[in-house]
Amino acid sequence: MGIAEKIISGDVTAAAKLIRDIDDMVPEARAILKELYPFTGMAYVVGITGASGVGKSTLVDQMVTHLRKAGRTVGILAVDPTSPFSGGAILGDRVRMQQHSMDEGVFIRSMATRGYFGGLTQSIKGVIDVLDAMGKEYILVETVGVGQDEIDIVQTAHTSIIVLIPGMGDDIQALKAGILEVGDIFVINKADREGADRTVSDIKFMIEMDEKRYKDGWKPPILTAQAVYGKGIREILDEVEKHREYLTSSKERQSKYRYEKTRNDLVEMIKDKIVYEVLDDIIHSGEFEEALQLIMKRKIDPYTACDNIVLKKLKPGKG
Amino acid sequence: MNQKRKIRILVAKPGLDGHDRGARIIARAYRDAGFEVVYSGLHQTPEEIVQAAIQEDVDMIGLSSLAGAHMYLFPRVVELLKEKDAEDIVVCGGGIFPEEDIPKLKRAGIKEIFTPGTPLAVVTKWVEENLKPRG
Repeated sequence: MGIAEKIISGDVTAAAKLIRDIDDMVPEARAILKELYPFTGMAYVVGITGASGVGKSTLVDQMVTHLRKAGRTVGILAVDPTSPFSGGAILGDRVRMQQHSMDEGVFIRSMATRGYFGGLTQSIKGVIDVLDAMGKEYILVETVGVGQDEIDIVQTAHTSIIVLIPGMGDDIQALKAGILEVGDIFVINKADREGADRTVSDIKFMIEMDEKRYKDGWKPPILTAQAVYGKGIREILDEVEKHREYLTSSKERQSKYRYEKTRNDLVEMIKDKIVYEVLDDIIHSGEFEEALQLIMKRKIDPYTACDNIVLKKLKPGKG
Repeated sequence: MNQKRKIRILVAKPGLDGHDRGARIIARAYRDAGFEVVYSGLHQTPEEIVQAAIQEDVDMIGLSSLAGAHMYLFPRVVELLKEKDAEDIVVCGGGIFPEEDIPKLKRAGIKEIFTPGTPLAVVTKWVEENLKPRG
């Protein structure tokens, strides 16, 4: 049996190894992803994001419990940051998901952000395809919500859940223009803590301010939860279902959504391919080093150097 | 652009042993050496550890034990890896062990044993010298 066939039949080892290859950017992995693609598109992808310590892993763990009770199979992708100094990472999300470790209907994979040139989102999409082809009905992607990369990841999900905790009042204002704008559902976790009401009304205010954006569309619900006690989980999953219905109930909306998503995905993929194919060549060329030296001696400005190198590479014969 | 393969290690606490300060310090040292470390959390059965190692496709499992049940738990992990066709995953152990247990553990397939007082640099260097990321 080929690797793709094994994965489609649910082989955990084969899937785990392919995920490693995708993460390590092994060129052969791409060929297998091509084979798997016809078997994808069935899974529903939910993104869960928020600052560290807000309880994302615990929330995911509880959501999995509910989904499993309903007979659904689940893939979990937990992303943790890579240390910029050593390139290493500690991936600790499994700790909160121990109760599912022997359940064959659950596949948990930890990933580090690594230092890609934007390649993280591509890797994640590849891994989602693997879990999808394995037959996982729900895929939960957990990330720490900082930076553009992570906003991109959130946007690859069908439904994005933003997790906050009480006491983030002023931070919410600061975050306003970032990750909060891509949330489909807001969850205020640890809601027994002081200030939960305040956080709820802050988010509410933020959404109301953006009324135009939500007019005739999906208005993100704000829920409270205490994930560690399993409180509020059912309601979150209900809202996920409602959002899914919202996306699929109207043909027009569905095709618009699909068009935008497919377009974004393809743009990202092309961008990555260009970086992958071209950047390395450029950086390792003598010309690059030469330009570097000239800039350091201030004999040439970096703008001209950049234009020269890139245009020569992309449009040979011109310029 | 070809990214170099990263070494992935599962640091696991098998059995009824609630002390994970050592395991956490080792995890941190591995991270600082540039490895990706998956931490299992406390009270894992050998079955759970092996399942996690396979799902995470790690190159090595580092077992930490301070509670005296290593003579059952460590060889059991090696055994289960064989059953699952995953014996290419290297198993090491760290913690407190009677001197006479160490050769027995090694015979049972535990590649290396680290005892209290081992400098962190020795622990990470062992990985660099003995472990190749699996192809």
